[in-house]
Amino acid sequence: MAVPIRWARYRWHQLTATEDREGSSSSNSSNKCYQSSKTNGKHRIVIPCLGHFKEEYEKVSKLYMNNRIRTTKYTLLNFLPRNLFEQFHRVANLYFLFLVVLNWVPLVEAFQKEITMLPLVAVLAIIAVKDGLEDYSKYKMDKQINNLLTKVYRRKEKKYVDECWKNVNVGDFIRLSRNEIIPADMVLLYSSDLDGICYIETAGLDGETNLKQRQVVRGYSEQVSEIDPEKFSSRIECESPNNDLSHFRGFVEHSNKDRVGLSKENLLLRGCTIRNTEAVVGIVVYAGHETKAMLNNSGPHYKRSKLERKVNTDILWCVLLLILMCLTGAIGHGIWLSRYSEIPFFNIPESDGKSIPPTLAGFNMFWTMIILLQVLIPISLYVSIEIVKLGQIYLIQNDIDFYHEKTDSTIQCRALNIAEDLGQIQYIFSDKTGTLTENKMVFRRCSIAGQEYCHEENAKRLESYQEMDSEDEDSADRHCGSLTHMSKWQGHNCRDVNEPLNRKSLNQLSCSYPALGGEDGAGNFPHSGPLAFSSPIETDVVPDTQLLEKFSQISSDSYQRSKEASSKLSLETMYITDFFLALAICNTVVVSVPNQPRQKMRHSSLGRMPIKSLEEIRQMFQRLSVRRLSSSPPPSVKESSSESPSSFVRKLSIFRMKLASPALNGAAQRTAEPHHTNSPENSKVPQELDTVKVVAGCEHNGAASSIELSPLPKICYEAESPDEAALVHAARAYKCILRSRTPDQVTVDFTGLGPLTFQLLHILPFDSVRKRMSVVVRHPVSNKVVVFTKGADSVMMDLLRTASEVGTSCSEMEQKEIKERTQKHLDDYARRGLRTLCIAKKVMSDAEYAEWLNHHFLAETSIDNREELLLESAIRLETELTLLGATGIEDRLQEGVPDTIQALRKAGIKIWMLTGDKRETAVSIAYACKLLEPDDRIFTLKSQSRDACALVMNKILEGIQKNTSAKKKTSQKLGNVSTSPTTQAPGFGAGLVIDGRTLEHVLHDSIQSIFLELTEKCRAVVCCRATPLQKSVLVRLVRNKLKAVTLAVGDGANDVSMIQVADTGVGISGQEGMQAVMASDFAISQFRHLRKLLLVHGHWCYTRLTNMVLYFFYKNVTYVNLLFWYQFFCGFSGTSMTDYWILILFNLLFTSVPPIIYGVLDKDVSAEILMQLPQLYMMSQKSVAYLPSPFWMTLLDAFYQSLVCFFVPYFTYYGSDIDILSFGNPINTAALFIILFHLLIECKSVTWIHTVVIVGSILFYFVFTLAFGATCKTHNPPSNSYWIMEKHMTDPVFYLVCLLTTCVALLPRYLLRVLQGTLFPSPVLRAKHLDRLTPEEQRGAIKRWKDDCIVNCRAEFQATSGSSSSATGAVSEEESIASLLPTCKPPFQACSRDEKDTSFLPDIQDESGSTNGLNSEKTKFLNSSKETNSDTFGANNSCAKASVCASGGASSALSLAYKARLNSGLCEEDALMYFTKLEC
Amino acid sequence: MRGGPCPAPAAPSSAHAQRPRGRPPAPGDAAGGWERVSSRAPGASLLPRLSAQARRPPVTCGGWRPVGDAGLRGSPAVPVAARGAGRRGGSGRVGAMAVNYSAKEEADGHPSGGVGVPGGGAVGGGGGAVKTRKPDNTAFKQQRLPAWQPILTAGTVLPAFFIIGLIFIPIGIGIFVTSNNIREYEIDYTGTEPSSPCNKCLNVSWDSTTPCTCTINFTLEHSFESNVFMYYGLSNFYQNHRRYVKSRDDSQLNGDNSSLLNPSKECEPYRTNEDKPIAPCGAIANSMFNDTLELYRIENDTRTPITLIKKGIAWWTDKNVKFRNPTGDGNNLTALFQGTTKPVNWPKPVYMLDSEPDNNGFINEDFIVWMRTAALPTFRKLYRLIERKDNLQPTLQAGKYSLDIAYNYPVHSFDGRKRMILSTISWMGGKNPFLGIAYITVGSICFFLGVVLLIIHHKYGNRNTSADIPN
Repeated sequence: MAVPIRWARYRWHQLTATEDREGSSSSNSSNKCYQSSKTNGKHRIVIPCLGHFKEEYEKVSKLYMNNRIRTTKYTLLNFLPRNLFEQFHRVANLYFLFLVVLNWVPLVEAFQKEITMLPLVAVLAIIAVKDGLEDYSKYKMDKQINNLLTKVYRRKEKKYVDECWKNVNVGDFIRLSRNEIIPADMVLLYSSDLDGICYIETAGLDGETNLKQRQVVRGYSEQVSEIDPEKFSSRIECESPNNDLSHFRGFVEHSNKDRVGLSKENLLLRGCTIRNTEAVVGIVVYAGHETKAMLNNSGPHYKRSKLERKVNTDILWCVLLLILMCLTGAIGHGIWLSRYSEIPFFNIPESDGKSIPPTLAGFNMFWTMIILLQVLIPISLYVSIEIVKLGQIYLIQNDIDFYHEKTDSTIQCRALNIAEDLGQIQYIFSDKTGTLTENKMVFRRCSIAGQEYCHEENAKRLESYQEMDSEDEDSADRHCGSLTHMSKWQGHNCRDVNEPLNRKSLNQLSCSYPALGGEDGAGNFPHSGPLAFSSPIETDVVPDTQLLEKFSQISSDSYQRSKEASSKLSLETMYITDFFLALAICNTVVVSVPNQPRQKMRHSSLGRMPIKSLEEIRQMFQRLSVRRLSSSPPPSVKESSSESPSSFVRKLSIFRMKLASPALNGAAQRTAEPHHTNSPENSKVPQELDTVKVVAGCEHNGAASSIELSPLPKICYEAESPDEAALVHAARAYKCILRSRTPDQVTVDFTGLGPLTFQLLHILPFDSVRKRMSVVVRHPVSNKVVVFTKGADSVMMDLLRTASEVGTSCSEMEQKEIKERTQKHLDDYARRGLRTLCIAKKVMSDAEYAEWLNHHFLAETSIDNREELLLESAIRLETELTLLGATGIEDRLQEGVPDTIQALRKAGIKIWMLTGDKRETAVSIAYACKLLEPDDRIFTLKSQSRDACALVMNKILEGIQKNTSAKKKTSQKLGNVSTSPTTQAPGFGAGLVIDGRTLEHVLHDSIQSIFLELTEKCRAVVCCRATPLQKSVLVRLVRNKLKAVTLAVGDGANDVSMIQVADTGVGISGQEGMQAVMASDFAISQFRHLRKLLLVHGHWCYTRLTNMVLYFFYKNVTYVNLLFWYQFFCGFSGTSMTDYWILILFNLLFTSVPPIIYGVLDKDVSAEILMQLPQLYMMSQKSVAYLPSPFWMTLLDAFYQSLVCFFVPYFTYYGSDIDILSFGNPINTAALFIILFHLLIECKSVTWIHTVVIVGSILFYFVFTLAFGATCKTHNPPSNSYWIMEKHMTDPVFYLVCLLTTCVALLPRYLLRVLQGTLFPSPVLRAKHLDRLTPEEQRGAIKRWKDDCIVNCRAEFQATSGSSSSATGAVSEEESIASLLPTCKPPFQACSRDEKDTSFLPDIQDESGSTNGLNSEKTKFLNSSKETNSDTFGANNSCAKASVCASGGASSALSLAYKARLNSGLCEEDALMYFTKLEC
Repeated sequence: MRGGPCPAPAAPSSAHAQRPRGRPPAPGDAAGGWERVSSRAPGASLLPRLSAQARRPPVTCGGWRPVGDAGLRGSPAVPVAARGAGRRGGSGRVGAMAVNYSAKEEADGHPSGGVGVPGGGAVGGGGGAVKTRKPDNTAFKQQRLPAWQPILTAGTVLPAFFIIGLIFIPIGIGIFVTSNNIREYEIDYTGTEPSSPCNKCLNVSWDSTTPCTCTINFTLEHSFESNVFMYYGLSNFYQNHRRYVKSRDDSQLNGDNSSLLNPSKECEPYRTNEDKPIAPCGAIANSMFNDTLELYRIENDTRTPITLIKKGIAWWTDKNVKFRNPTGDGNNLTALFQGTTKPVNWPKPVYMLDSEPDNNGFINEDFIVWMRTAALPTFRKLYRLIERKDNLQPTLQAGKYSLDIAYNYPVHSFDGRKRMILSTISWMGGKNPFLGIAYITVGSICFFLGVVLLIIHHKYGNRNTSADIPN
């Protein structure tokens, strides 16, 4: 009895589950999934579908979804109802539905019933067809995916058989081969890889192309043969399906109740591709819509643009207008009726013979009027806007300027409906890394054990690289930049280079390195295409000579000696060794060999070499050291060490040149000899003799060359982050080569020590809380457990071993000193805009390790709050660290970033930089990319408490206000009235720097407003150390509180929230995967593309759409008013003088295409002009085109035109025998002409497409009305337009009326445009004139235009100069000159300025108190300098400094000016102000 | 757009194919791209590419140069000069460099076989083998379609205004003259004034059996030379009322037999009378104008009737296509209209409207004219034609006339007016001075505006025509 009931219940479950499946759309499927799986509680139990589990399997697994996916919204059956249902969610459609229904009420019916449905049906049909097509393509895609084949284990056949993806169920075993796509989320149970590793490429999921490792579940990896599903007797319990890609929790419970934890490392995600692994077997845990990939697939998101919201309000105005008109009609009808004492016989009585009272008739008439005048609410507007946006997006996507050849990517528009918001951006929130910068990390400097190695050559190499990149840059400018670079920022142990020498070597290097790059990078360069983080600039690191020297001393002897006595040298060597080991090991880089792309490197002997006993290693070392000692160091080393380093540089470059020549081959042969006599291990190394990979330092390490010169296999590193790649490549440059990485061991080829294989015990991956990562390895030499940690200095410095224990004071002291020195270096790096990382290590005893391991194991296997436990465990491990050193990695600015930022700034856009980096790094990057100008005053907010924060901000505000008012006074005094308000408002020239902790306070409700007020006064805001959440909060704050249109641009996962919050999210498809792109509305490949996207496409899209929308309103109001005016002459009875069909089709057919073409193709100013004159952007930014006034002007014009269009025919035909439709025909025809020619007046550019469409519309109208008039005798009651058009076509009066009406109606608009164009040309119009000029004239005109703006810029300059002076006020004279003179390289000014930014407050006081009195001597001087500088100033509008820099003579004059200024007691600000004023 | 789990076997050749794209100095290309857009010469699109290519060699060549004094001395100048040459597009030099470049790549030991993209060539013209996402460089897609960009300034539109003025004024004068040449005479015979002879008939109603007749004498001051059209005019008569307009059945009028016996619902409440369908149904037909007007010339106290032609007053298409009598056996209209009843207000059924069979029933022209509902509440409808008999005499000589009216049509209840109009017509219809005056006015205004714009143009216009853009 009980069995059938249970069975019935089971069936019921099954049915409901399938129903869920069927009914769920892509959007809500996730919810449904949760529901269906909730029946099993929080966790999901996966049982294989096999004999001993059969019953349980039936019970549990059948309830889970199978792998069939359906992303379509509709099925064939439910398409119509469902689509209609969705469409009627729109208010506009509901409104028209209401009208249709209204028309069915006999009392108020105005048209024939069917006719009113026409527009609605047309709109619904268009949208339905669009939806249907979209859905159909989805369906086809689904079908294709569902029918992909994969190998599934079937019990019947006892083997893996081909099955469609859709037939895969939870609990199935699946066997995949290389390059196959994973059909469902599955736990990896077997990999043909001996280490139990499976490599996957997640490009399909997140776009990241680097390989990732996945591991076989512990316990299964030991199996030699492939897993036999029949023998699998475990159950898997894991969490319910969720969309978190980066986490997976669960465990495998074996039949003996043993549990093994499962993590993300064991999970193969649907959509990824198996790489480098012959075969894998897994068991499906999530299938179909429950897979993480599908749950993450949220589909396109919908944002509403600002314009759209505006349009909606205007539509409300139209509704109001409509109601007004209808009320007029209703009242008019009532009055008209009440005039008659008895029923006139043209007023038809009701069926009972009585007439209804006037009030009721008026009420009815109201509704009739609504039906009649419904066209006022443009139903086609929504459809047209959508079509226009599609067209605009299409054009944006096809812009060839967005094509980035290197990555073969162009812009992707992911949101279809916010293109016009691009034209109104007021705030840009930009991420730094990867957005402004290339995110190509280049190893620049390092500090080991407190000793800095500044890698001069490396720096020069970068310079030269830059030269190749940015050929447009003035060479003089560049030299200037690099000079300052050299002279100002030499580390304490960097060589002194005097100018000519430096220049010389620089040039040599710039010449030689490309050649070298071609040769050197030959190993991996060709394959860099698909590989992330491995462009030559990243991979080639030129070792520092000094360090290299020290390196040459490392080898086994240092290790041996370190055992005996810890001399200072050997200690340092120890440090260096460990440092580079850490660089090579402490990461998650995957090694692959490029020859066979995406093939895992099978290092036959080294990788699989079992861990050697200590004895063996010792033996090896001894062998090596003997060899080292036997060979004498080559003379060149001695020479180089004795010579001055600069000359060495030259030597080096010469040497390189030689290397590049065929002579190299000889060297290679020579060095190859010892190789044969080498250790047996090495002979097993795959010999790839075609490689000519010789690194510069080889001769210095002649002794160790036996190993080093054993042909270096080409190795590709695939890193998850560019930093890691940079560090590994850096280590490689020092011959500390990461050879292979398996989950168990890491092999490093170390110069002096040979291949070292570290047993890899743990990897504690990087997370943003800890801001560090660690690896735990067993050192092969010492056999101790060593923890290598690398992380942000802010956290690392606190974790170092403190000098608490007594006794070891000597080394402790040394540690402390190292720490201090390193910290100094770190600060220095950060100021230069380098990314810093600290490297530390810790040696653990086995006991300590065992204890920690215990805890860690517990943490690993827990399902609930595993993250916290793991975090705790990691924190427990990462203590008492020994600082090894620090690295500085440069992230170069993307090309064109400063120009772009300047242009955007000129366009009136405020740019904020939100970054997670340190303050110093952020500020220096901000300078480099011209976000902050050298003259800007920088305010730094760094407060511990909210109140302090508020206080500081208030003070700053006060200061700024005082400053501006003072300035105004002076400017008035001097009669300078040219300070235009446009630039005065945004650009005060102040920059605000704020860090994450302060941000927390600032974002508090109470002081938000002050903060915003302050930021409005600043032209740039830099937020450093900001978390992703803070970024999004900031964006939301500005967006909501300032009511500004915001754009967020970023490239990484940490920018996703900000991108989603902003009005427009732009993702940069850079190096860090696709998360940002997935979340974005527009995805571009380079930051500089933002310039065209905003300035050109944003402007175009906005003006096009606004003009089209305005035109739509105009069109409808004009047309509807014709009907309205007629009501005055038909007793407000709701008669239409036009045939209903023509009336309805007028909007749908005859006048619908031209505005769409207008909206897609109109071009007010050419792209070139828009790019060159960013100021034009302000027009659309302030939504000039779509303020209330143009809207009402348009409506007024529409009223006028409709009046003309109605009354000219009215007076013409007054008193004649004209009938209704014959009267309407000329009106209608004239309206068509008016409406189309109005468009022509508004069109800024008329192409053949416009012509075709407009002529086509007119022809179509005539053809239609003629055909309609010829055929429709009786078919169209009650209106009957039979032969009317035909008759009119032969009537001259018809033509005369149309001509007159059209002319009179369009005359005012035409005249207005003419007068506007002549008397008050808008900037856009003036810019349009430029299009007509020849290129030369154009250039001149643009220059002149910019001169206009210089007036503004001068005002700005006045402001900015004040700030700089206040900052430098407290500095000694010498320093400030140094910092002001070489202005071309802003990062280096940053620090000097930045340090003193706290001094601004007293300075403001000073300024306000100082007199404006002018030193007569100074005037003279300034007057003289005016002559020399005036042309420079004239040509360059804002960066006066840069131009000074470019012209050498001028710069000296300026420096004199500064000196003079500083010497005198005069307020610098005033001096500068006068200075600039005199320039005018 | 890597999405889509379509199988993508890692083709080893793709790495080779992409190689040229991964070369370092690509940023230069972007600059070239911009250059390309800004260049106006159509053939210029090739140039930036070449220069992008050529940009590299100066550096590369430098690399091969032996480093000596030459390198030190000339270093700042040489790359710049070379670069300049490359950008200027000196073809020989560029070509040589390109060859040099590709040769070097070949020398790297990576023969770019595989996909068949030659090393150097791929930079410029490659991509044939590799499908790139590069958008097509067509004028449409790059929004560079040749366009007429009208700039509306006083200078450019001046001719238009003058031309409009010059065209409109003559047209207006022509129309005006034509309109003035039209003779028109109008008599209001409503009879609201007590003195009017028709005053007695003022309160006539539909169902009065005996017609009220009245005679109005009038004098034509001028003779009507050409054909005269006789109209009846109604004022304040809203024939364009929505429900009135609808109240008809076109199918019935078109001779559809089923509609004849079962008229459309639109005709309510004039659809049936005493359970018989009304033919013609509806309010329009029911309220048909039924005054009879007769015109007499009074010469020496003798009244000579003037021949009024009642055919040819309706549109030909209406009479011959749109309005049809019901079809059936024989031509007996009475039989054809069997089973229908006359409209309520009519004294006699539709088949007795006229004696002539081709002007009877639905195709009676008076009826057809009435059924063409007027657009405005004051309207006229053609009643009769008076044809000019011979060329010697005018159609209507100046002199005394009398109008006999059978006064049946009640308009007093809604303050309507009835008129009789005699008019000659021209090519532009009846007398209407408006169009002519309007044309003259508009033409003059345009002309005047043209003058104003001329002044404006001379005062302010120059600054726009020159390149000088003042603030």
